[in-house]
Amino acid sequence: MTPYTEGLENYKKKIAAITPQEMVINMGPQHPSTHGVLRLELITDGEVVREVIPHLGYLHRCFDKHAESLNYGKTIPFTDRLDYLSSMNNSHAFVMGVERMLKIENKLPKRVEYIRVLVCELNRIASHLIAIGTYGIDIGAFTPFMWCFRDREHIMNMLEWASGSRMLYNYIWIGGLFYDLPVGFESRCQEFVDYFKPKLVELDDLLSNNQIFISRTANIGALPADVAINYGCSGPMLRASGIKWDLRRVDGYSVYPELDFEIPIGKGEMGTLGDCWDRYKVRVDEVKESVKIIEQCLQRLQLDYKRTPDFDPRGLVPKKVNLKAQEYYIRAENPKGELGFHFVTQEKTDVPRRVKARGPSFNNLSVLPELGKGQLIADLIAILGSIDIVLGEVDR
Amino acid sequence: MITKIKDLIITHISEQAIVRIEEEHLQPTLVVDADNLVKIAYFLRDTEGCYFDFLSNISAVDYHPDNRFAVVYHLASIPYQTQLILKVEMENDRRLDSLPEVPSVAAVWRTADWHEREAFDLMGIFFTGHPDLRRILLPDDWQGYPLRKDYEDAETYHGIAIK
Repeated sequence: MTPYTEGLENYKKKIAAITPQEMVINMGPQHPSTHGVLRLELITDGEVVREVIPHLGYLHRCFDKHAESLNYGKTIPFTDRLDYLSSMNNSHAFVMGVERMLKIENKLPKRVEYIRVLVCELNRIASHLIAIGTYGIDIGAFTPFMWCFRDREHIMNMLEWASGSRMLYNYIWIGGLFYDLPVGFESRCQEFVDYFKPKLVELDDLLSNNQIFISRTANIGALPADVAINYGCSGPMLRASGIKWDLRRVDGYSVYPELDFEIPIGKGEMGTLGDCWDRYKVRVDEVKESVKIIEQCLQRLQLDYKRTPDFDPRGLVPKKVNLKAQEYYIRAENPKGELGFHFVTQEKTDVPRRVKARGPSFNNLSVLPELGKGQLIADLIAILGSIDIVLGEVDR
Repeated sequence: MITKIKDLIITHISEQAIVRIEEEHLQPTLVVDADNLVKIAYFLRDTEGCYFDFLSNISAVDYHPDNRFAVVYHLASIPYQTQLILKVEMENDRRLDSLPEVPSVAAVWRTADWHEREAFDLMGIFFTGHPDLRRILLPDDWQGYPLRKDYEDAETYHGIAIK
């Protein structure tokens, strides 16, 4: 046994040394409530979970290795595939990082920035709708899932109209956009907002204030703020524990400082602060805030930064990204939390030496062994659903 | 800000703890000594004026063809809304039976637990004192560390030709 295999040996010993009343259960990788190919190894005592050991890597597609063998522009489609439910947000973060290293982030036309924020917020709503809908299914409510998917379909159609693809857009480019918005997009988007607002009220009546749903989620899996910070949880996970931390406000990137929106945080309305219901509720509130942002973007795109014949969304797209050797860490607020890219560039080539993606789901999931300890198996499903992971990003 | 933190570390820990400051990046980086890393980590987390309580990311970098590796820590302070980057560098001859070693900070920030496992898995950095250092993304029986620039794909895996 070398020191390098000691961890593995210890793990095998621990599994072999369970007591007769304990049992090892494998949940996944093909289990619907793990939201993808995640395997949870549970050491259980009857219905009570003694320990959770997550096993990752079933969807590992070597993002880091791809990124260091392709140039910056060609990596954008791979960033779409990290968190495939919010592709726009991923490529926005990646592109911002390269633009800041190129020092062109202040030269971008305002119309480009507003279109970026518009499509990112649309994608944020789509991502949260999936989180809310599939969480309903985890708990046993089927209708919210269908309703959320129905509304998400409108967003998918609009983004397909703009970019040509339903989920993996490759729309935001370094220095601009793939193309301007199609003619009539703004009014179609306004129609969607008018349609969607009453649906949110319906969703609250159907799920948020549903007594069965509240009994299954309130006081379950409460995550104290200090534990959340120590485990690197971000996004709705951290905000549900009562910390007002949103990188759109903290870093104030793109045109977010010009937009008016609130940062919803958990208040422990139905039970303990930071329980599953709070995490769910923060997402619902964030959808409402995103609708507000979209309305402001639409207004400015139609009045202040109108489509003009000489507007070129690819005007600043560099033919070749020439960077001196440097390092840069960019972070941005994804629907799931803080998405970061760490770039290590090389001289005289447009292929980076190293790109590391910091996925929010990866860090949010790492708190599950802590939250799941001593819970019932049924509650573990509720906790896992409330974390809202996307395995594409956990495994990268 | 980074010079202030450097002075704080020099007064409270030791002169040798700081190797240098890299100013050529957009975000200046504090290169620290591996032996003092855990002390610095506790200091930065718990001292008023610093409070770097949030570890965003750990990434391992291979400076091939030099025999040099680095581990980069991206910290953020939630109370003060500031950021700090720490870096630890080490020489290594790239032999698979003597991995570069860095002390683990998993006891300081639990985020480090999985990030260090990932760096061990893909880059072959050995974190001493880590509670549970196993591969995380690749299978347990994988040979080699794929993110190293000198990594070569295996011909077979469990007797199956994969090339």
